[in-house]
Amino acid sequence: MSVRQSLLAILDQGPCYGYQLRAEFDRRTGSTWPLNVGQIYNTLDRLERDGLVEKGEVDEQGHVYWEITDSGRDEVRAWLSSPVARSQGTRDELAIKLAVAATLPGVDVTQVIQTQRLASLKQLQELNRAKYAGANPDGPEELAWSLVVDSMIFTAEAEVRWLDHTEQRLALHPRHAMALELSTEKPKRGRPVKTEQEVSA
Amino acid sequence: MTAVLQLVGVTQQYGEGATSVSALSGVDLTVEKGELVAIMGASGSGKSTLLSIAGGLQKPTTGEVIVEGTYLSTASARDLAQLRRRSLGFVFQDFNLIPTLTALENVTLPLELDGLAARASRRAGRDALTSVGLDAKFGAYPDDLSGGQQQRVAIARAVVGGRRLILADEPTGALDSVTGEAVMKMLRSRIDQGAAGILVTHEARHAAWADRIVFLRDGRIVDQSQRDGAETLLAASR
Repeated sequence: MSVRQSLLAILDQGPCYGYQLRAEFDRRTGSTWPLNVGQIYNTLDRLERDGLVEKGEVDEQGHVYWEITDSGRDEVRAWLSSPVARSQGTRDELAIKLAVAATLPGVDVTQVIQTQRLASLKQLQELNRAKYAGANPDGPEELAWSLVVDSMIFTAEAEVRWLDHTEQRLALHPRHAMALELSTEKPKRGRPVKTEQEVSA
Repeated sequence: MTAVLQLVGVTQQYGEGATSVSALSGVDLTVEKGELVAIMGASGSGKSTLLSIAGGLQKPTTGEVIVEGTYLSTASARDLAQLRRRSLGFVFQDFNLIPTLTALENVTLPLELDGLAARASRRAGRDALTSVGLDAKFGAYPDDLSGGQQQRVAIARAVVGGRRLILADEPTGALDSVTGEAVMKMLRSRIDQGAAGILVTHEARHAAWADRIVFLRDGRIVDQSQRDGAETLLAASR
């Protein structure tokens, strides 16, 4: 929901019309998250419905200036003062892939890790180059953009560190100790049959 | 492309017979002018040994090291010393500046040791310090400089007088992340101006400043990233 709150936070700086709001969002995020004007107006409609913004003055060109309400200001303060909740659970594709690969006899997990590491490093190289090529690193717009790039750089770095860690942990185990052959116990379809103990309980 | 450094079949063994340990086994590596190569690998993989051998600080058990056309195995001690003074620059994690010398004196020391006249040395030293953004700090002593500034002095010393091969061992290890990034940018720009370099690091973020990343495991090169064009992920979206 951060688009909604980001737009609201920008409106907290002063009234804007839709297209202007899009430009402000772009320039503060280095165009790394392009929004179309339709998304902006949809979001403004919802914000208006929820009483967080209202339509204000209309200029000579017919631009409608949206203004933040007091409830809107409260929402901005609440957003800025609360942490962002990351998605829960381990539905990470890479983590699942490595966990499964580590248990497959005959699969060279080290190679799986190395393939991923090269891909992550390549991404890091590209991000560094993008940052290196950026002009005037101290300008506010360049800074805003490079903050987004930094976030991607540190995420990619964390992945490489985790891969290093995984590789070292796996190296501590003889390869066969990790292998899980197919279990001879075949799970039954449907719910497990209750044992006598469970039935009597 | 001009090879500034070549390692051909370099092996480094410690001890003999059954108890011998191989720190490096059959390493082939070429570093071209304008190229920065990062060496990554776990502790004990041979990264630092490789750097010592590339810089002529250590002789390999077998194999050949060629720096700008000079074969280190047949070079005399005097030639080696001269090569280190004229062609090679070292950058270490802990800066290794001499505390009783000013920034400028630290940078000009290798030139003066090489017999260059004091005035010419100072001119080259001032140029090198200016190129790393320290033109206001010629007379400062290391203790008066921040960690990032000290490392920039060390980089200036490594490139002064047209040195063409920079060997850096964890140069950002003692610096915070913002200062470390500034130092890496500085190193990268020196390479882009025509030097060549090897960067030993365990941090992926810094290794990614290199054109090519080489992985060492148990003394062998197991993999390396391909060198490719400067296309950027984000350039298109800007």
